[in-house]
Amino acid sequence: MVSKALIEINGLSFSYDTRPILNGIDMSMRRGQVVAIMGGSGSGKTTLLRLISGAIQPTAGHVKFAGEVVHELSRDALFKLRRKMGMLFQFGALFTDLSVFDNVAFQMREHTDLPESMIRDLVLMKLHAVGLRGAHHLMPNELSGGMARRVALARSIALDPMLIMYDEPFTGLDPISLSVIGNLIRRLSNSLGITSIVVTHDVQESLKIVDYVYFIADGVIAAQGTPKEVRESVAPFVHQFVHGEEDGPVPFHYPAQAYPQDLGLEDNRV
Amino acid sequence: MSRHILSAIQNIGHRAIESIWRLGHASRFFVLVLLKSGTSLRRFNLVIRELYFTGVLSLIIIVVSGLFVGMVLGLQGYETLQKYGSESAVGTLVALSLVRELGPVVAALLFASRAGSAITAEIGLMKATEQLAAMGMMAVDPVARVVAPRFWAGVISMPFLAAIFSVMGVYGGYLVTVVFIGVDEGTYWSQMQSAVDFRFDILNGFIKSCFFGVAVTAIAVFEGYDAPPTAEGVSGATTRTVVTSSLVILGLDFILTAFMFRGVS
Repeated sequence: MVSKALIEINGLSFSYDTRPILNGIDMSMRRGQVVAIMGGSGSGKTTLLRLISGAIQPTAGHVKFAGEVVHELSRDALFKLRRKMGMLFQFGALFTDLSVFDNVAFQMREHTDLPESMIRDLVLMKLHAVGLRGAHHLMPNELSGGMARRVALARSIALDPMLIMYDEPFTGLDPISLSVIGNLIRRLSNSLGITSIVVTHDVQESLKIVDYVYFIADGVIAAQGTPKEVRESVAPFVHQFVHGEEDGPVPFHYPAQAYPQDLGLEDNRV
Repeated sequence: MSRHILSAIQNIGHRAIESIWRLGHASRFFVLVLLKSGTSLRRFNLVIRELYFTGVLSLIIIVVSGLFVGMVLGLQGYETLQKYGSESAVGTLVALSLVRELGPVVAALLFASRAGSAITAEIGLMKATEQLAAMGMMAVDPVARVVAPRFWAGVISMPFLAAIFSVMGVYGGYLVTVVFIGVDEGTYWSQMQSAVDFRFDILNGFIKSCFFGVAVTAIAVFEGYDAPPTAEGVSGATTRTVVTSSLVILGLDFILTAFMFRGVS
């Protein structure tokens, strides 16, 4: 199915003070597509999510979500737009003073006038979708890391958003939980037509579920392609990243003066 | 040498500018909390929930402290007054000390340590665990949903806690002087009744506690919201809440007392 782009990113740049983080990023994401954004730590992946959600303003370029330029919106319009977005934070970010049920019901109670009986049914349906209907009475501190992330996922689909952003959803999970979360991301996109952006380091797991991959390095898109293209790529950066090689375009050694010089062997006998 | 002096001066200047900047930032945040209080007033159950945590759970420390402060006041007051044959005035001493000063001030200091620090830690941890960011992403303003209800709950709790502190203190004084020492019960109450003025003493004490409530809770919510999102940041913010609140309470108390009790004998 070919559908028009839900998110268009053009010439997007961002700097913290004078330190450039992103420099002229162009991306496009269709409805129902699962896109992975990969890159080393501190490469600006999470910053990109914050720019898409309008939490920070770009220094140049723009993000267009459903035809609207995000950073030009007023605060009210931005909050209205955010009801169409969901975000899964790295460790779930569940409200610790609310039960699993109340966490999932949170947005429904805040943004709709639905009767409590309907909210109950909807919450149980959302929790059923992530396999945790039976855990609705638990408090967040009673959940494992994987369960907390599944509840957070149920919470982020509470109002049937058009987009879900996942900030490193696989971090610190055991192989079973990791696979469950990966499959849920894919299934939700297929069944609900949700566009998903997955910021991740986990190359192997994400290549199984995504439609397209962007690699970010030094603030620019270093490479992009489908999982098949990425696996077969001979580009040095992509090859190093996908195969987890120790040294390559991303060097093992932090820049330093010559080793013998540091050891005081300036005549280079070693 | 001159370079060291210059750097020391620069350091002082830098700290002064930073403090003023932070004060401005806190003031803006305070105005923001007031502007976003609509949700708290419309959905008052949010405030009631926080009233339980800040007010009701502070009751034990307030009741016990009030009782002991009153008992000590009774004991010390009796010891001094009996030297002048004025032990019958001990009820007046206990009541005036509590209603005018000790009730609002000590209750506010205890409130800052018990509830203020808890508010800061809770909001700070919510920030550190990205709960506030998650709320923002769900198009719910964390200042309106999290900060404002806690602020109003603190403001409402404080005068009640101060009043309860004073009442317990008066009973503490009664317990020591009347029950244990044997001062005449009628004298204790009647002297107190004739000496304590509703307008000058009780109302002024109430106004003081309202000011303290606003100050402590405003500091607590600001420190929590502004805390660096790390364990160290939250612990530092909690300490700052208690230290700053205590100093502000004592400073405010002096200013308010100077205004309220001018020319009152």
